[in-house]
Amino acid sequence: MKKAVESSGTGKKFGATQALKDISFVVNEGEIFGFIGPDGAGKTTLFRIITTLLLPDEGEMKVLGLDCRSGYKELRKNIGYMPGRFSLYQDLSVEENLHFYATVFGTTVEENYDLISGIYSHIEPFKKRLAGRLSGGMKQKLALSCALIHKPALLVLDEPTTGVDAVSRSEFWEMLKKLKPYNITIIVSTPYMDEAMKCDRVALIQDGQILSVDQPEKVRDGFSRKLFSVKAPEKYKLITALRSYPGISTAYPFGDAVHVTFKDDDFDDALYDYLDRMGITDVKITGTRAGIEDRFLELMGSKV
Amino acid sequence: MKRFLGFVKKEFLHIFRDVRTMIILFGIPAVQILLFGFVVSTDLKNARVAFLDLSGDEMTQKISDKICSSGFFRRGENLLNSNDIDRVLRGNKIKAVIVYEKDFGRKLISEGRAAVSIIADGSEPNMATLTTNYLTAIIADFNRELAGRSAAKTLLVQPEVRMFYNPSLKGQFMFVPGVITLIMILICALMTSITITREKEFGTMEVLLVSPLKPLQIILGKVLPYFLLSFVDVIMILLLSWFVFGLPIKGSLLLLLAESMLYIFMSLSLGILISTAAKNMQQAIFISLVGMLLPAVLLSGFIFPIENMPKIYGWVSAVLPPRYFITIIKNIMIKGTGFLYVWKETLILMIFTLVFIGLSMKNFKIRLQ
Repeated sequence: MKKAVESSGTGKKFGATQALKDISFVVNEGEIFGFIGPDGAGKTTLFRIITTLLLPDEGEMKVLGLDCRSGYKELRKNIGYMPGRFSLYQDLSVEENLHFYATVFGTTVEENYDLISGIYSHIEPFKKRLAGRLSGGMKQKLALSCALIHKPALLVLDEPTTGVDAVSRSEFWEMLKKLKPYNITIIVSTPYMDEAMKCDRVALIQDGQILSVDQPEKVRDGFSRKLFSVKAPEKYKLITALRSYPGISTAYPFGDAVHVTFKDDDFDDALYDYLDRMGITDVKITGTRAGIEDRFLELMGSKV
Repeated sequence: MKRFLGFVKKEFLHIFRDVRTMIILFGIPAVQILLFGFVVSTDLKNARVAFLDLSGDEMTQKISDKICSSGFFRRGENLLNSNDIDRVLRGNKIKAVIVYEKDFGRKLISEGRAAVSIIADGSEPNMATLTTNYLTAIIADFNRELAGRSAAKTLLVQPEVRMFYNPSLKGQFMFVPGVITLIMILICALMTSITITREKEFGTMEVLLVSPLKPLQIILGKVLPYFLLSFVDVIMILLLSWFVFGLPIKGSLLLLLAESMLYIFMSLSLGILISTAAKNMQQAIFISLVGMLLPAVLLSGFIFPIENMPKIYGWVSAVLPPRYFITIIKNIMIKGTGFLYVWKETLILMIFTLVFIGLSMKNFKIRLQ
């Protein structure tokens, strides 16, 4: 399989701050590759290096087979980039934005319309509207259309779903899936763990370092302990009580439950008694499968 | 080339869609010209003068009447003694006091000379100079009439003041070149630096950089619309001053337009240079306004003559491009001189342009920092 991006030992410093440290990964051609990590993990910096906007201080970065330092002119013709802040001209209409980006990349809207039609058709009814007056979800779709209009070999999306409603978010991922037949490699970053499941492969990134790279399912399987889900009506009381219980290893809130691991990997009735004494009733404890977030927290914990 | 044209089209859309930009481009120049022309006029009109007539004869009456009927002055108080002079001048309404000595008429006939003093309010130096100049001229005129009648001998000294280039000392003529100079640096330097930093601020520069557009295409694409619009501005200002104030262009119009183009180009390259140095719009505005516009107003010779400045300011003004353009444009418009008289200034402007362009090209980042 051909490699779209190949990074070995990439590092970047801003003054005294080490933004990226020894980043190594490979993105295969045609896959959706996700970078999952909290704000400030270094995702944007990494994406700017991939898109030739920044130079790495150390290491090798090859994008589409070209070196990111020397090959930037050629690369810039073949990358579609959607920065974290949608880079649309607020005072131009939807249509004008799209045509502008098409012209700048040396193509026309008509030429690649089939590629974006699935996305653009959602906003086409508003094509005369100024981009500044669009809703978050529509801005996101327009920005994606603009990034795709020149049929790039590599599409780089920096937190495309941040600040967008839940419906638009899932629509957005559907659209990315539909791009599969065009063999466009997609690199996407997100702080939302649930979106990780929709990628072909993900890299967990934290404090400028990659913790793990694998398929989402395998990342989940990487969880090394037995995990339990604890539920009770008063969640806040429950979590504080659990954290002060001596047999508990970790307790993190997860949706309407608390995900818990124990020091000796299992629990006994003493826990029920303890919670009862603390005034917590209706407690349900079941074994559960670890999610990406659980694995992420485990990796973070082991690093400290 | 298609890419470039697409970019230019986008810039025009930005400009025509933004009301504020349009006001700055076309409203401000028109308002400035009219303001400077009408309000900040340095002409004398109906300035009040007071008289202290210690003689009170036919001659002094005649002179006073002549002064007050000139249209420049209006009769204020008639003072009774010299103690009042200070009082009326302090009152601010009276711009000057004219004092005739005792036995003015008799002395004039018998001795051939008599003294009249003009006391002006020096707290407004410009006004004082104007007033005394006008008064002297009127009295001199009176002398001539007198001399004509008693043909035998010249009675008084005849001072003659003649204004070169602007015979009636019309203020607007001096302001038009100044306003063109300032407006151009305002529009070109300020506006281009803002439009480029705006792309940085809104994050659209990131995508432009990742596009196949070359830095030169981005810069030229930004500059071209402003170049054209600024040129329209120059023509608009010239037409306005011609129709409203009857300002003649004494020299070659072609040369004037060519020099304006050079100056516009210079200001634009300055704007680009500012934008490569500024991180955001605020910085760009600050550098353009405080760093460029203010010195341009104060030190370019537009308001205060460079010859009268302390030496150090003179040196500072030597590195301000507007100074040279003002010289050029005044020479062409008011004195009507040709290229031979302004080639030095033209050359200096060209050098400025080349330096600014060179520095901007060097400073323009093909990557983020």
